[in-house]
Amino acid sequence: MDQASRGSNRDLSRLEASQILAHQFDDLAQQKEASNLGTWAFLATELMFFGGALTAFVVYRTFYADAFAQASREHMSIPLGTINTAVLLCSSLTVAMGVHYASHGQQRKLIFMLLATIGLALAFLCIKATEYYIEYSHQLVPGLNFHYPPHHHAHPERLTASPPHVELFFCFYFFLTGLHALHMIVGVGIFSFITWKAWRGKYSEQYYNPVECSGLYWHFVDLVWIFLFPLLYLLH
Amino acid sequence: MSTPPHITKTTYFKVFAALMALLVITVIATFIPWGSRIGIVIAMTIAIVKATLVVLYFMHIKGSSGLTKVFVVAGLAWLAILMGITLADYHTRPWLSGNPPMTIGPQER
Amino acid sequence: MTSISYNPALEPRDSYINIAYTVKSWLLTKDHKRIGILYLIAITGFFFIGGVFATIIRLDLMTPQGDLVSDDTYNKLFTLHGVVMVFFFLIPSIPATIGNFVLPMMLGARDLAFPRLNLLSWYIFMVGGTLSLIAAVTGGVDTGWTFYTPYSSVFSNTRVVLTAVGVFVTGFSSILTGLNFIITIHTMRAPGLTWRRLPLFIWAHYAASIIMLLGTPVVAVTILMVAAERIFKLGVFNPALGGDPVLFQHLFWFYSHPAVYIMILPAMGVINEIVTCFSRKNIFGYTFIAASSLAIAFISFLVWGHHMFVSTQSVYGGMIFSFLSFLVAVPSAIKVFNWTATLYKGSISFHTPMLYVFGFIGLFTLGGLTGLFLAALGLDVHVHDTYFIVAHFHYIMVGGVVMAYMGAIHFWWPKITGRMYTEWIARLAAVMIFLGFNLTFFPQFIVGYLGMPRRYHAYPPEFQVLNVMSTAGASILAVGYVIPLIYLTWSLWHGKIAGPNPWKATGLEWQTPSPPPTENFYETPVVTGPPYQYHLEEVPFGPSK
Repeated sequence: MDQASRGSNRDLSRLEASQILAHQFDDLAQQKEASNLGTWAFLATELMFFGGALTAFVVYRTFYADAFAQASREHMSIPLGTINTAVLLCSSLTVAMGVHYASHGQQRKLIFMLLATIGLALAFLCIKATEYYIEYSHQLVPGLNFHYPPHHHAHPERLTASPPHVELFFCFYFFLTGLHALHMIVGVGIFSFITWKAWRGKYSEQYYNPVECSGLYWHFVDLVWIFLFPLLYLLH
Repeated sequence: MSTPPHITKTTYFKVFAALMALLVITVIATFIPWGSRIGIVIAMTIAIVKATLVVLYFMHIKGSSGLTKVFVVAGLAWLAILMGITLADYHTRPWLSGNPPMTIGPQER
Repeated sequence: MTSISYNPALEPRDSYINIAYTVKSWLLTKDHKRIGILYLIAITGFFFIGGVFATIIRLDLMTPQGDLVSDDTYNKLFTLHGVVMVFFFLIPSIPATIGNFVLPMMLGARDLAFPRLNLLSWYIFMVGGTLSLIAAVTGGVDTGWTFYTPYSSVFSNTRVVLTAVGVFVTGFSSILTGLNFIITIHTMRAPGLTWRRLPLFIWAHYAASIIMLLGTPVVAVTILMVAAERIFKLGVFNPALGGDPVLFQHLFWFYSHPAVYIMILPAMGVINEIVTCFSRKNIFGYTFIAASSLAIAFISFLVWGHHMFVSTQSVYGGMIFSFLSFLVAVPSAIKVFNWTATLYKGSISFHTPMLYVFGFIGLFTLGGLTGLFLAALGLDVHVHDTYFIVAHFHYIMVGGVVMAYMGAIHFWWPKITGRMYTEWIARLAAVMIFLGFNLTFFPQFIVGYLGMPRRYHAYPPEFQVLNVMSTAGASILAVGYVIPLIYLTWSLWHGKIAGPNPWKATGLEWQTPSPPPTENFYETPVVTGPPYQYHLEEVPFGPSK
């Protein structure tokens, strides 16, 4: 914390500063530092949240390696997964660009990037929903219609693993991707709000931490997927 | 503190291109029969590289304050504790000798 | 203190209390002091609800056959006692009430970094608490507060999911409080308040907040998996379907052991403030106490396996966890030695908060030392799941945390309300709590060592004498807890006006009127020296010019 910078809002008139500066802070630098650090602390929490489920997954992955590999090989769609990963990486780029434009005070470009991000997020969710539907129609959803080996499979002779162990894979598949999708939906909500605020001209070169912090959240959601994709789709 | 990112638009595009290239590589690597262990190492290494790129450039950890870096490292360290010690337990149970801990469940009895 | 006579001018007109009186002004407040009060009211309620469960348990255990309630009811009672006391009283106890109220003032800040988040965390807490209470009255839950699988996920036919959701939701209130504290401590310290000048209360809360932030999400996701397993009949932790119940224990204790330190670290922070004030001495070994808080926060995450010595954990894992559990005693002992050294040659006065501190130091030491018994692999096999461990963790949690909580309430009560309570009756209650506590729980060490298992509704007749002693102690304890409720409430209207600094303490929070104004300080304070300068004539704090 820089003591010298306190109490000086060089670039802003007093009125502007009072509108965007919360009463508990001395100046915008302090406010920005707090919100930025707060977001990172929250992301550390999120990391441990996914981390708990991932630990459980890794334990079972090491013990039921064959069943998990078979489930991934025979029932996961690599094309859809790859497209979705690409879509998500694109959305991370648009978010990064959005923050860039926000920091340069370019409102229209910021709004465009935010809308692009929301669009990509919805595309991801649609593809994910398609995958869920396919898995449902293949009777692979534990708790709803899990039946193994499924009736319709091109190579039933390859499905040699113990059904409960394959079911365990799908428990974690739906749990992890479901939590991830939930975070995406929350992200869409956050970005819709941010877009609306940007539309009303609330952000400027001096004040754009909400854009930056929601961007960090979005990158984190992307990070989770970067690990889920190989763990669930690629480890044969 | 919390200086505006010095990362330029060009850097973002470069990082994005790298991420897409890594995505293609990791998918292709899946279809090469390395044997499962090497396959896992390759896939996870690529994932870690991708994640590092996102954290460093998209999330501006490169050029951010030391404190923010400490937050990131702390999160990773705690995750390592959780995973490391839990797995250490499973892999040091001599009576398992690589078998799942649940083989003496009711269905086998 | 008696030296300050009544002076109406000492009571500020624009305090955080009398700035507005409507219900709405309380329920929608963003003031950390008012949120602290909201928490205080809520957790006092939970404390007495949990206490009622405990009372029925102790009454039932007066006779070996357990004549008062049925077996099933007994199982639900000890479960609900555990759930309510752990998740809805002990974890929020000191941080969410005293911490919320005092922490920003100690930093010389106007509020926490995220006041809205702070209010949100109270609402989340209330939602979680309400869900769990609904579960309690609509059928209860009988898994024990630990929710061990597969009993919780497959076999129990009580309200497991609802209770678990309540605990899950409440976890987020704890996370948000921890996040708020960490960011506030990092970014909102008053000018001159460097890390080495921070009160040790702040260090302790910082360490506890790390655990809240990095441990709580793991138990949250674990509870979520249990709920999913139960609702969708999955096999995540069910051995019949390939799952491993021991994995649940790993994930559960990864949080729930450090959670003990979420409770005890803030309690230790309170002790530092009180012990220096009432022995009029600088703290002994400031750096060691601060560092030991952080060491506890870190090492606490490496010891969870000592709950699993008899759960088919790896032998090597057991040995490592045993060693690390011994290790965590070192920073705790450092604190106790430093408090003792602080007392040495101090001019000690026996005000109520100090009585609780003496209670804390003694009982925490006893609880900590018996913890070493339990960390020893061989001995743990003998006393595992007996009343020995029940006594051990009650010495830490009631003898430690609740003592410190009561001490904190009495220490900061004049600051919070601007009023003094009646000293003699407060001392009487403190002594009653100490005596009642020991009579309740010391016999449990013996009866546990003799082999009485915990969570049993009936027991062999030869254990009855010790159990009757325990129940007798519990009734003294119960009276001891009700008395403060009465005289503290009474003091709100009839207590003597306290003035800004009745204890002549050095903390920044005492440099402002009692009750403080909404913005805490009329002028931002400037700190010029370390805390606890009780040996100096004038404390190195003051309003900036």
